[in-house]
Amino acid sequence: MVRLTVNEQKVSVEKGANLLGAIEKLGIKIPTLCYHKALTPYGACRLCVVEVHVPGREPALQASCSYPALDGITVFTDTERVKRARKIVAELLLARCPEAEAIKLIASSLGVTEPRIRKKNDDCVYCGLCVRMCEERMGKAAIGFTGRGPKKKLEPPFGKHNPVCWTCGACNFICPVGKKITVLTTQKPFIPIPNSYNMGLDKRSAAYILYPQAVPNKAVIDKNYCLHLNYNVCGICKEVCEARAIDYEQKDNKIEIDAGAVILSPGYEVFDPGLKPELGYGKYQNVVTSLEFERILSASGPYSGEALRPSDKKHLKRIAFLQCVGSRDHERDYCSSVCCMYATKEAIIAKEHAGEDLKCDIFYMDMRAFSKGFEQYYESAKKQGIHYIRFRVPVIRELPETQDLVLEYLNEEEKKVCSEYDLVVLSVGMVPPKHIKEFAEKTGIQLNEFNFCRTSVFDPTGTGREGVYAAGPFTEPKDIPETVIQASSAASRVISLLHDVKGTLIKPREYPPETDVGGQEPRIGVFVCHCGTNIAGFVNVPEVVEYAKTLSNVVYVENNLYTCSNDTQDRMKQKIKEHDLNRVVVASCTPRTHEPLFRNTIREAGLNSYLFEMANIRDQCSWVHMHEREAATRKSEDLVRMAVAKARLLEPLQKPLININKSALVIGGGLAGMTSSLELAGQGFEVYLLEREKELGGNLRRIHYVLNGEDPQNELKSIIEKVKTDKRIHLFVSAKILSIEGSIGNFKTRIISDREETEFEHGVIIVATGAREYRPKEYLYGEDERIITQSELEEMIASDAGFAKNGSKPNTMVMIQCVGSRDNERPYCSRICCSTAVKNALKIKEVSPDTNVYVLYRDIRTYGFREQYYTKARQKGIVFMRYDADNKPVVAKNGKSLSVKVFEQTLKLPVEIPADMVVLSAGIIPDQDNKAVAQLIKVPLTQEGFFLEAHMKLRPVDFATDGVFVCGLAHFSKSIEESIIQAQAASARANTILSKDNLELEATTSFIIDENCDGCAYCIEPCPYNAISLIEYMWQGAVKKIAEVNESMCKGCGCCMATCPKRGAMVRGFTMDQIESQIDAALQAV
Amino acid sequence: MGGSGFEPLIIALCCNWCSYAGADLAGVSRIQYPPNVRIIRVMCSGMVHPDFVISALTRGADGVIMCGCHPGDCHYQEGNLTAQKRAEGIYIMLEDFGIEKGRYKLEWVSASEGIRFAQVMKDFVEQVRKLGPNPLKKAVLEVNKCLYQ
Repeated sequence: MVRLTVNEQKVSVEKGANLLGAIEKLGIKIPTLCYHKALTPYGACRLCVVEVHVPGREPALQASCSYPALDGITVFTDTERVKRARKIVAELLLARCPEAEAIKLIASSLGVTEPRIRKKNDDCVYCGLCVRMCEERMGKAAIGFTGRGPKKKLEPPFGKHNPVCWTCGACNFICPVGKKITVLTTQKPFIPIPNSYNMGLDKRSAAYILYPQAVPNKAVIDKNYCLHLNYNVCGICKEVCEARAIDYEQKDNKIEIDAGAVILSPGYEVFDPGLKPELGYGKYQNVVTSLEFERILSASGPYSGEALRPSDKKHLKRIAFLQCVGSRDHERDYCSSVCCMYATKEAIIAKEHAGEDLKCDIFYMDMRAFSKGFEQYYESAKKQGIHYIRFRVPVIRELPETQDLVLEYLNEEEKKVCSEYDLVVLSVGMVPPKHIKEFAEKTGIQLNEFNFCRTSVFDPTGTGREGVYAAGPFTEPKDIPETVIQASSAASRVISLLHDVKGTLIKPREYPPETDVGGQEPRIGVFVCHCGTNIAGFVNVPEVVEYAKTLSNVVYVENNLYTCSNDTQDRMKQKIKEHDLNRVVVASCTPRTHEPLFRNTIREAGLNSYLFEMANIRDQCSWVHMHEREAATRKSEDLVRMAVAKARLLEPLQKPLININKSALVIGGGLAGMTSSLELAGQGFEVYLLEREKELGGNLRRIHYVLNGEDPQNELKSIIEKVKTDKRIHLFVSAKILSIEGSIGNFKTRIISDREETEFEHGVIIVATGAREYRPKEYLYGEDERIITQSELEEMIASDAGFAKNGSKPNTMVMIQCVGSRDNERPYCSRICCSTAVKNALKIKEVSPDTNVYVLYRDIRTYGFREQYYTKARQKGIVFMRYDADNKPVVAKNGKSLSVKVFEQTLKLPVEIPADMVVLSAGIIPDQDNKAVAQLIKVPLTQEGFFLEAHMKLRPVDFATDGVFVCGLAHFSKSIEESIIQAQAASARANTILSKDNLELEATTSFIIDENCDGCAYCIEPCPYNAISLIEYMWQGAVKKIAEVNESMCKGCGCCMATCPKRGAMVRGFTMDQIESQIDAALQAV
Repeated sequence: MGGSGFEPLIIALCCNWCSYAGADLAGVSRIQYPPNVRIIRVMCSGMVHPDFVISALTRGADGVIMCGCHPGDCHYQEGNLTAQKRAEGIYIMLEDFGIEKGRYKLEWVSASEGIRFAQVMKDFVEQVRKLGPNPLKKAVLEVNKCLYQ
């Protein structure tokens, strides 16, 4: 070891180290340019000069990168002489490359903005980084310097393209002035590594973090591209990584897992539009897939969210979307279900990013906006100026001079139109993942004709192999909420299968008893993190540490290279004991990722885990002020002071525990309610199942056949049988709810069933109240017995008398779609009517092949695998005629004969069809009792009257109120399989509560300060969780009113705290005193 | 903070779920913005009591900005909408206190909007810089002098 002095601080480094290393070890930052940790020092730029005093010699300026650290020398990094020298160097560099951002930054940090000498506008600063990189790290020497003095030149040997160059691009990468050096060395194009996260629209390096918010947020090395792993060169990352985290020896591990059940969710791939060469994808740069466009629009995407096109980064003015690319064609006779809505969404977002004037044309066949809220979204998109054009564009042409794209189509007047666009987005469909056949073979499951997982209507998550379940688009194309629902459904199936052994592999963590810190003066320990150079590179950490020591109540401060490392955790525990710390502050990264780790550490040291606070000096300081060391250091000090201020006021908090009553109330005895009940009973819980009618079965009683041929009535019989014989299911028919009290874990419900009142307690509620078919007021319904609804038709076909047997087979039957759906009164699509119409039409053709069937529709919405039946229907001669919402069909009765007049939109002709029977596809409307049920359990309804879930996409079966779940038609119109899936999902969600003996609630909930509360009740209405109520009690002979918080419902948002004019409501861990202490501390700098 | 010009001190109250995460993302993405902002983490923008804003501005902060989730994205359903309503009240209070409206702002920043977070901060710092130092700051210094001398 050698010992030396830098700026009057002593430092020791290993023998052979350079001076720069010793200086950086002290946290002193000096400017460098030609220096790189992984390359031999070069001493070319002289930016890193320092003043070196060797005993017995004159003080001299030396380049610290190439000067050795010698024993006993004294070094000054900041003298006037040094500063002057660096300024001159900066001026020379700036004169050579005045436009280079890196040089400008270095110069301005040294106070130079304009050189006094003539600018050379060179594209090379002669730092030699590329030369050393190529020779030392890549072992190639494809580039070097020739000539001397003013004739010095960067070029390959003999000035010719060099066959040695392997276009790795390391030279381009390391060049500080952005010179494209590969152009000199080779003719071969430099091919960057495509960034798969941005769909290859930009590049990344071989060592990379998948995307900024990736979890875990760790770098990985791409073994396909890494030069070290493939050619044993480079290896720079290992030297640069201060955490020494790089291990080139890691190998793939084979892991064997003993599992009782398997869930298959291999997802989907997007259709490769290269298979349709007429669309020009891969040939024309401005033809992109919808997923690529999604990345283009994303703030974290290749163009930072600006609406630009790939070829020339021109701002977009005209976009076209082509729907059904890879869906609804000969090879893939299914609908991908999601493309209509994502195209609409992307068009809306593109307009938000590019401005109102952006022209968005969506070319489609049928607009399939069939889910909850989608039709309204589609209507709002039209109002925002997005054009929908019903045409399947066969071919895309490019104008070579502008790279604009040309589409030809027929407009509404059947006129040929030729339009130019800046960008065409292909709405690519979902296809099964590659190698899916091998996957199916390995897992022993069956695939359907499109190579998706084969499931059945009444077992929509099962694969046919016991213990193996499937979820997500693998079973059928579907969107986010349906995927989330099916994932929970698969989980429920697994829980049912394995409920005997649930939790047997879990070992609870054990902690030492908590130290009582009550009444103690705060003794705060502050740990400041270097985070390698992430913080220390931009903030003067030693100064922050010294500053922290001056703060009152701070009794211990230290700095760590990495505060989150395992050894620091042990050290922290030791220091807590040694110094009797009762509050801990860590100044490092963000509490959003690291607070749980440190809380656990202090808990292991016997402190309550809430006696902890963080100062975010990395993500919100050093990383965002990388060129302002002084300001970043002051800000870090402020942030530490603010954290310490709050820490002084921290109190130990406990997570309240509530006991869980292990039984469930299921409201509604239709398919969804019965499925949920059976699942929960099968998982070992008591179930109270309520049905308001005399019989179980709900709407399923009226469904007699399904598209794929399964027998619903048989299934229904068997389900009812199971429900009735299950001892854990307590069934109440003709039931009415009188009251529901309590909250998650402990509800108490009073009902009346068959004139008998009963009361029971339960831990959760599942709402499965269903919905019903609309009774049409239009099209002469009710005035003629030949005008019926689809479910009446189904009953008729299935009845004993039979549709075909009664001797009056209709010659012509007309079905009218969207009756009571997609209109002003009910602006939503009822989702199932198109498939029902197709199903019934096919059935008619089966029992009465001579009957002519006409279906009058607006858009045919046979999503998913239902599409193939729509195709089959057309093949069977069923005639589909499209009408417009503004020009609805008219059903007329002339004497005995019925006729339907319609203006056919494809032909643009009025048509009159004499009909023997008119079948109305009546929509699904919410149950009239929903309002009453919603009020009883205090959950919201949508405008249309369906139950409103906690989050449309991510929490589709939960309510915002904990412990209450929704499934089936109560949520929205859906098919049999979708009802079953959601019912199973609701059971899985309920199981997360019922399977626990007690539930740990959030500790940071709100509380009322009695003496401040005067019962004004202002806080009650703003609470989003109805967790606050007003209570009255007798106090000193008078009635006193006061607010009360139900802790099991409170989430700690603090709306009550901000509303209270008397400082009477507070949130634990975020009290007004605590937040104000932070504000005060921040203002101390004033 | 470089130069001799006025450098405002800004207090930012950011909700844990969206805006604070957006601020973190600005960091992870190394998007630079002025070092004038001191961020305080709150669980929800709906938690921010008007007193916080008023007391910060009457005690010398040059500006206060509240950030929450975009409407519809609130982790607590509609805490951000409560905050929006409250912001209207805060403007009225500012008028009563004789504080320029431009010293306070409510903005929506999502967890994926690192760039937007930096831009919002840049814009607000510039807006407050144009207003000049908070006139109450001088008064605060006077009061402090009296108190501590």
